Amino acid sequence: MRHLTAALSACLFAAPAWAALPEDGGINFQPAATRIAERVHEFHNVLLWIITLITALVTVLLIWVMIRYSKAANKTPRKFSHNTTVEVIWTVVPALILVGIASLSFPNLYYQNVTPNLGQIAATSKALLAEGKTAEHLAYTKNHFPDAAEKGFVNVKIQGNQWNWTYTYMDIKDDTGSALEFVSNGLHKGRPSDPVDVGPRNLATDYPMVIPAGRYIRYYTAASDVIHAFAVPAFAVKTDAIPGRLNEGWFLVDEPGVYYGQCSEICGIDHAYMPIEVRVVPQAQFDRWAELMKTGDFDAAAASVREVAALESDTQFASSN
Amino acid sequence: MPMDEIALDHSHDAHDHKPGFVTRWFFSTNHKDIGTLYLVFAIIAGIVGYGLSGLIRWELAAPGIGPMLWIQTSFFGLEGDAAITAAKHFYNVVISYHGLVMIFFMVMPALIGGFGNWFVPLMIGAPDMAFPRMNNISFWLTVVAFILACISMVVPGGPGGNGFGGGWTLYPPLSSTIGHPGPSMDLLILSLHTAGIASILGAINFIVTILNMRAPGMTLHKMPLFAWSMLVTAVLLLLALPVLAGALTMLLTDRNFGSQFFIPNGGGDPVMFQHLFWFFGHPEVYIMILPAFGIVSHIVSTFSKKPIFGYLGMAYAMVSIGVIGFVVWAHHMYTVGMNVDLKAYFVAATMVIAVPTGIKIFSWIATMWGGSIDFKLPMLWAIGFIFLFTVGGVTGVVLANAGVDHALHDTYYVVAHFHYVLSLGAVFGLFAGWYYWFEKMFGVKYNSILGGLHFWLMFIGSNVLFFPQHFLGLQGMPRRYIDYNEGFSTWHYVSSIGYVITLAATIIFFILIAEAAIRRRKATSGNPWGEGATTLEWTLPSPPPFHQFNELPVVNTKGGH
Repeated sequence: MRHLTAALSACLFAAPAWAALPEDGGINFQPAATRIAERVHEFHNVLLWIITLITALVTVLLIWVMIRYSKAANKTPRKFSHNTTVEVIWTVVPALILVGIASLSFPNLYYQNVTPNLGQIAATSKALLAEGKTAEHLAYTKNHFPDAAEKGFVNVKIQGNQWNWTYTYMDIKDDTGSALEFVSNGLHKGRPSDPVDVGPRNLATDYPMVIPAGRYIRYYTAASDVIHAFAVPAFAVKTDAIPGRLNEGWFLVDEPGVYYGQCSEICGIDHAYMPIEVRVVPQAQFDRWAELMKTGDFDAAAASVREVAALESDTQFASSN
Repeated sequence: MPMDEIALDHSHDAHDHKPGFVTRWFFSTNHKDIGTLYLVFAIIAGIVGYGLSGLIRWELAAPGIGPMLWIQTSFFGLEGDAAITAAKHFYNVVISYHGLVMIFFMVMPALIGGFGNWFVPLMIGAPDMAFPRMNNISFWLTVVAFILACISMVVPGGPGGNGFGGGWTLYPPLSSTIGHPGPSMDLLILSLHTAGIASILGAINFIVTILNMRAPGMTLHKMPLFAWSMLVTAVLLLLALPVLAGALTMLLTDRNFGSQFFIPNGGGDPVMFQHLFWFFGHPEVYIMILPAFGIVSHIVSTFSKKPIFGYLGMAYAMVSIGVIGFVVWAHHMYTVGMNVDLKAYFVAATMVIAVPTGIKIFSWIATMWGGSIDFKLPMLWAIGFIFLFTVGGVTGVVLANAGVDHALHDTYYVVAHFHYVLSLGAVFGLFAGWYYWFEKMFGVKYNSILGGLHFWLMFIGSNVLFFPQHFLGLQGMPRRYIDYNEGFSTWHYVSSIGYVITLAATIIFFILIAEAAIRRRKATSGNPWGEGATTLEWTLPSPPPFHQFNELPVVNTKGGH
């Protein structure tokens, strides 16, 4: 348990990995790739300390009574069965701890579940700039989105099907006015004929979901048959895709890279074989990919994001590093 | 009273004249015999449920599809892609029935039907349950339900083969005709309806017995905690099961008679099913753990030779857990797209449960504090329970926070959490009760060395089995997956080794039963545990007479718990 907490604390300071994959023998979250995930990990770290201490307290008390009040050590049992003071303490103290947890939990929850107001974010960023905040200021780097309102969200509809995902980019339209839409299939199906060396097994897809780095993404989940769930561990997002419903969520990924997720609601035979592959690329590469997708040449588009370019030095987050 | 009927049938003998074999075991109206039947039934169902979990751990010991495919090719003669598809479906069937069998046919029958029937009347000084013939119906309906569930496993289910493979939570549309068109799901609905009726009848029986048939002088506030736990459990069953029955009926009519309750194309909503299911499902988890709370309280008190600490607090902690248990259900559904304020409510309500649960844990320790603790086998299981339930409980506090649950929902972290509270909590409580009352029920002594071996192997094995699953969940391993990326290999492998250790423990458990049955070391007194064992069952010989308390015991004003 202590080993676990130490490792978890260390994780907070670890640099984000380029590709988010489960690490064999890992005892920890995958490195955080979104602000949401960072906050979840920070909060979980606090919780882990609390629950570790509580478990340790109970264990120590148990061991103590087992040694001190064993038949050999204590021949005559005492007969008390009440002690108002300790009863009040072990009711009130846990309640206070829970109030403390809740005070961290609610802001965390609302941060995840309330879609950001981009106009407000842009105004805050501009105010920080006006105050003379620069890249050295934490507040600056965390809130520097002066063009958030102008750029707006990247909207993606994610539809779960038995057993693949359909991604629709509502804002990217071809000449006929139809939105860009494509189906993403897992490359592996648990068969001997599965391809090898095409990416991590059970996680790689033919046509990945591609999004620009440093942009606010708003996604909507839906389903065409049964319930599925869109989940990417490194983003700490998970939203059920339910027939007849449109659920909404958001995230923002700073670091370009490849992030993998898997369907997280049992959906039938190939539940384990409908992975989610998200390629986060710089805006320019994203635009190129979108152009290629619009021409219908999905393979060329996929090839264009096979290598994820690094952010250019003048982009907002590179400058803060 | 049925007692009189038996007396009429076999009139001229003493009270302890037992009916013939068929009458005694197939038309039984005796609470102790029905309790034994429930225990035997739970052991049989437990073998099935535990066997299914063995298939799961065998398959997941290594990445790729292995044993499931081997089963399809070796036993069903399938080849190629057909075999792979069948293997995937079979795996989903295995996990679904593992959950259903363990919950409805192992834990509930053992704790409620088995120990509840055996010891509620004995502890409250009653001659039998209030409705002995209804008791018999409850048991046999449970058997029928189990048979229906077993048949449902082998008739056409989903597109991939026989049986229902949509998880024990039965979410539509996967459980509607679109996901599982075959009769398997209909049989399963019928099975759960039948099990539900059995449980409701049993619950009514317990409530009436406990409220009306306590010995003179035993007020509710002097009633043993196990009887309290059964009272709360029975009320939860009575209130929760009809909601499940409603949801299942709607699912049945959706499947067969053209209704559209959960079908979006017709204006229905699949999430509605989840709300109904978890309105039952959350109290259900307390239904499984509360009897274990009661058992552990008695054992801790008995072997510490001290009265239970904070008796009233313990009783009302269970009552409040039961009450709050009804208003927290949607914490199982944080990812369905609920309004954020609603989630915040469920976060707060769920965390409140930690307070009464903490009271129980600390009160058990306080009961041991100042005692003279005898580490007999039941006490080992009880202490194991307290530790493991604490571990499972604190991860529940983590998961209660919707923000964190968004990352951990439907991952192995959740699997680890609920197995710590149920597979290690409820089941350790079950074994604690088994060894505590073994001699009382069967009149023979068990072998303590075998029992100790059973405990230690089980304690080590189940921790090796379930603790690494926290790590898998944090890494993002989703539940209900037949196959996984190599990045999850190590902990899955360790987890499967843990299963093998528990398998050794389970084999020893059966050897212990066989050894006790063969050696038949007769119980020498009605109370093997000494001064600490103060409840009424220890005033009777072991095994108790066929009919007990023909003269009702009078509980003095000081005693009772």
